Amino acid sequence: MSPTPPIDAALRLEYVADFEYSYAAGKFASRFMDALRTEARIQGTRCDVCDKVLVPPRPVCGLCSGRTVEWVDVGPSGVITGYTVVEVPFIDPMTGFERPIPYGFAFVRLDGADTNIYHFLEESRHDKISIGMRITAVFKPAPERDGTLADIIHFRAEEPAADE
Amino acid sequence: MGRTAAIVAVGQTDHVARRLDVSIPEMVREAVDRCLGSKDLNPGQVDAVVVGNMELFEGINFPELWMASAIGAAGKPLFKLNNGGTVGASVAVAAAHLVASGLYDVVLGIAYEKQSEGETQSAITTVGDPAWERSVMAGAIGNFGVMASTYVAESGVTAEQAAKVAVKARRNACLNPHAHLKRPDITVEEVLASRMLAAPLRLLDMCPSSDGACAVVMATPDRAREMTPRPAWVVATETAHDTQFMGDSPKRLARMRSLIAASDSVYSKAGIVDPRAELDVAEIYEPASYAELAMYESLRFCDWGEGGALIDDGVTLMDGELPVNPSGGVLSTNPVGATALIRVAEAALQVMGEAGDHQIPGVETALATGYGGNAWSEAVIVKGSAP
Repeated sequence: MSPTPPIDAALRLEYVADFEYSYAAGKFASRFMDALRTEARIQGTRCDVCDKVLVPPRPVCGLCSGRTVEWVDVGPSGVITGYTVVEVPFIDPMTGFERPIPYGFAFVRLDGADTNIYHFLEESRHDKISIGMRITAVFKPAPERDGTLADIIHFRAEEPAADE
Repeated sequence: MGRTAAIVAVGQTDHVARRLDVSIPEMVREAVDRCLGSKDLNPGQVDAVVVGNMELFEGINFPELWMASAIGAAGKPLFKLNNGGTVGASVAVAAAHLVASGLYDVVLGIAYEKQSEGETQSAITTVGDPAWERSVMAGAIGNFGVMASTYVAESGVTAEQAAKVAVKARRNACLNPHAHLKRPDITVEEVLASRMLAAPLRLLDMCPSSDGACAVVMATPDRAREMTPRPAWVVATETAHDTQFMGDSPKRLARMRSLIAASDSVYSKAGIVDPRAELDVAEIYEPASYAELAMYESLRFCDWGEGGALIDDGVTLMDGELPVNPSGGVLSTNPVGATALIRVAEAALQVMGEAGDHQIPGVETALATGYGGNAWSEAVIVKGSAP
């Protein structure tokens, strides 16, 4: 038997998969998304033990294991608690396409909430964004809302940037 | 732990961006061969195997089955872990627990990732709940940009201080034959001039994407002493979670709750009061330059807000008071599933005196950490003398 000839690189096998998933959002997300879609309301749940208002809403407080017993309105304004401007190309897993860059991306602490949510910023110039800056939710028009977090398009500065 | 386990052997592949020449099982086999071969062990001496990676990155299911023969696991107890960036450290912790519990005498721990074969950044977003976070996530990089901003605001750390970490990592990597990014001439200016990815993070502030595997052999005290004259004794392990949502932790990177919990626990178990003075070396999971500085603080190497001063003062350099990541760390090498096991393996090599050109002289006590998206941390203390 002749020896196996040397190879520089092994065979590559291409595989393209197109899997589709369908998740149950659950009772808490469903109620939240319904209020967002129908009334442009943002809500959290209050922990019965530590009194913190948690957004996203959930049945049990992760920090103290207390039950949440009350739905409360939060926002639609709040403050930025962390931020970046994404400048690296990135495939959006919700669409399968590259998300247009640059875009502002932040932790938002909505008024009345004790936790932060991730969302997009209207502003994409890094030097026009700061921690502590007040922002407010920009909602899609009612007919276009479909009961997802994308019913909030992004958050916009309450005060326009200094050069505008 | 009631009983003790010790690391007796370590093996790694030479980590690179793309291993086009080998399949995943072949790549993993290389690490296992190097690990067992380093102490003239053979697969017959292994009682059980623990293996970990992130299946979604490569799009494979049941990977432990199709590498069972390659790693000598067929017919043996084989456990698979799959828990994000921490998985490699979890493999080490699980292997230590399996030995210390008395169930098995010799356990082989394996972790690997072949990032070049899949879609890591998009796969990472599936960590987020589809209703709340997945739709707005931006892979690891955007998430780190936001987290780094919270640390900068809290500590006043500068881009120059972060760049010094990036430089330290790539220079240390030049002394490690297994490291991926080796840049002997890299400068702070070069880091500061590299392309902005997600402010404040520039290209050279981030870890690379690597293909690689790592293996360790964990054994009971009696078996360990038979296998090697100076094993690395696993004296304390801990794993700690945070809550589900990214935004639940108010200061994220600036006060990394899961890392504080895990490291405080192992310090307490190991009787360590002043980690900066009592640790001889640390191999920490620093996916970004800013993260390393923040972790100095959460790991109590310094006071809050002093992470930048620690690198300015050279404390964590190879010849400093507490060298951090003499291997070059995650900033130089990141086959994600393997990355946290490499931290434990490198800490063990330092204790065993087998780290070669990046050996820190006289290491008795070493810390290794694992990191999983800020929400999950692991910490391991290894020592040169039996507890």
